[in-house]
Amino acid sequence: MSTRQLSMAEAINEAIRHEMRRDPNIILLGQDIGNYGGTFGVYKGLFDEFGPERVRDGPLCEAATAGFGVGLAISGMPTIVEIEFMDFMTLASDAMCNQAAKMRYFFGGQVKVPMIIRTPIVNRLGLGAQHSQSLEAWMMHIPGLRVIIPSNAADAKGLLLTAIREGNPTVFVEHVRLYPSKSPVDDADTPIPLGKLRVAREGKDVTIATYSGMVKPSLDAAINLANDGIECEVLDLRTLAPLDREGICASVKKTGRLVVAHEAVKTAGAGAEIAQTAMEGAFDYLQAPILRVASKDLPIPTGKLQDLVYPNSADVETAVRKVME
Amino acid sequence: MKHQPDMKTLLHWHEQMWTIRYFEDNAISSFRKGHFTGSTHPCIGQEAIAVGAGAALKPTDQVLATYRGHGHALARGLDPKRLMAELLCKETGCSGGRGGSMHLCDVSKDFWGTNAVVAAHIPIAGGVALSNKLKKNGRVTAVFFGDGATCEGAFFETLNMATLWKVPLVFVCENNGFAISVPTHMAIPIENIAQRAQGFGLPGVTVDGNDPRHVHEAVSAAAEHARRGGGPTLVECKTTRWERHSAISAGKYENEDEAMKWKKVDPIPRFEKFLKDHGVKAAKLDEQRERAKKLNDEALEFAMKSDHPKTETAGDFVFA
Repeated sequence: MSTRQLSMAEAINEAIRHEMRRDPNIILLGQDIGNYGGTFGVYKGLFDEFGPERVRDGPLCEAATAGFGVGLAISGMPTIVEIEFMDFMTLASDAMCNQAAKMRYFFGGQVKVPMIIRTPIVNRLGLGAQHSQSLEAWMMHIPGLRVIIPSNAADAKGLLLTAIREGNPTVFVEHVRLYPSKSPVDDADTPIPLGKLRVAREGKDVTIATYSGMVKPSLDAAINLANDGIECEVLDLRTLAPLDREGICASVKKTGRLVVAHEAVKTAGAGAEIAQTAMEGAFDYLQAPILRVASKDLPIPTGKLQDLVYPNSADVETAVRKVME
Repeated sequence: MKHQPDMKTLLHWHEQMWTIRYFEDNAISSFRKGHFTGSTHPCIGQEAIAVGAGAALKPTDQVLATYRGHGHALARGLDPKRLMAELLCKETGCSGGRGGSMHLCDVSKDFWGTNAVVAAHIPIAGGVALSNKLKKNGRVTAVFFGDGATCEGAFFETLNMATLWKVPLVFVCENNGFAISVPTHMAIPIENIAQRAQGFGLPGVTVDGNDPRHVHEAVSAAAEHARRGGGPTLVECKTTRWERHSAISAGKYENEDEAMKWKKVDPIPRFEKFLKDHGVKAAKLDEQRERAKKLNDEALEFAMKSDHPKTETAGDFVFA
């Protein structure tokens, strides 16, 4: 099978282009998604290929944009809504969390809601408290939503193909820092199943469960630790809903230690759920308390202060050494 | 009036209004007897809007409504048995007994559901209407909501976007004077909600919502305008909610006489007078009323006898 080096942005673009060619009913909604190509350029070329009816640039109104998306979706037109920064999910959240997530259920299965919100985490750029958040745990908390959060181009493409074809309400969380990062992507049409983590690095001593922007720092930490004889197993969870509980527990049973790393703030973050998953499923195997590496529980400041808030590779390393004591 | 329904149609409206009235009577009494929990939001006093507007739509058009939506569902031709069963959360209900009074749906009738978050269904209706436009299928979407919803951002955003994109949508506002307990004069600084339309660039009309002929006239014109590609219209129907907000609402109105002033204009006897003035015999009207009552009593009996959903089905229908 042949592969090419694609950036995550290119891989997402390719998945959407592929599916829009296959299904003429798929519609894109959002702001700045037309000729402009999306806030971060993910939609480059799509407007030219599919035109203004299907790549619909609209007014600045996230609530109605997401609501229109739900309406199109239940009418048999799968819709992908771009929310420019994950922080603005607050504005689109009724349509996603109270409507899309629940509609099939409370109407007794009569409707299908093939609606995806694509939204990026845009952190470490000094944009401050309203443009830098990782809110994936909010979305995980809503039964009826898929939460997909890839860390690389190949996973982004494969998972997005699955999400579009499955046709369920999905929050697809991207990452501005990962958009340009390149990795080999299958030319072939290879969907990746939801709820299956990827073992990014095998190891026997400590499990690091992570996703999105903390996968790379965790792998970096693992390299340093290996020099000291500590072998980390790095799990890229890829989807938070469904969460691969079996996969997490299988790794913890092997290593006996767990560190969870994410860029979201610590309190009530996804890490709490992941840690508790190991408590419920692998408690007897644990040789040390589970530690979380996360952002500090603060609004994200601008300037130099932001460096104090976000976790980094060294924090992961410190946590691993601690559970090895 | 441009749209003059024949007598057979007018008589059908009469029976539909009684069907809704009796359905709501049974809903309230069933709730108070403890046949179901949660709540229910009756539309008694507002029947003329559901019936008049419903008649202006084609069977292939789509309707979205609110939690005060039993009347719209009935006017759309949903089976009263399955509706009452849904209120009682039974497996024979139109939503399989897991939606209840506020989540009625029958896709086979293009009734795309009632919604329990105020105004949240308005942009969804916009999306349904946009799908009609993109598919060029000639269908129109009607969305019903109350005066309270017209203070929500989702309403304003949809007025803008639907008008901008000229989607085939009819906004039907049932202005019953109250958002739970807050009277419209404490929520909206203009006399008529239809005036809102002006700033958004769509037509807005205000009609007597207690006369199905006036509602029918306005919604017919709006639907034709939408079908021709002219985009949305905002139709405001003035009416009165006889009951409190919901069956569990408590509290008094500041001015009971003022609150109930439109109750004196009960749409049903008023319409009956119109029919009698046009030669319909009282016996015919009585016969229709009796039939509506019987239909609803049978519906209630059906609902009462139906089973609750099986516990093992609680996890069904979350994902496709």
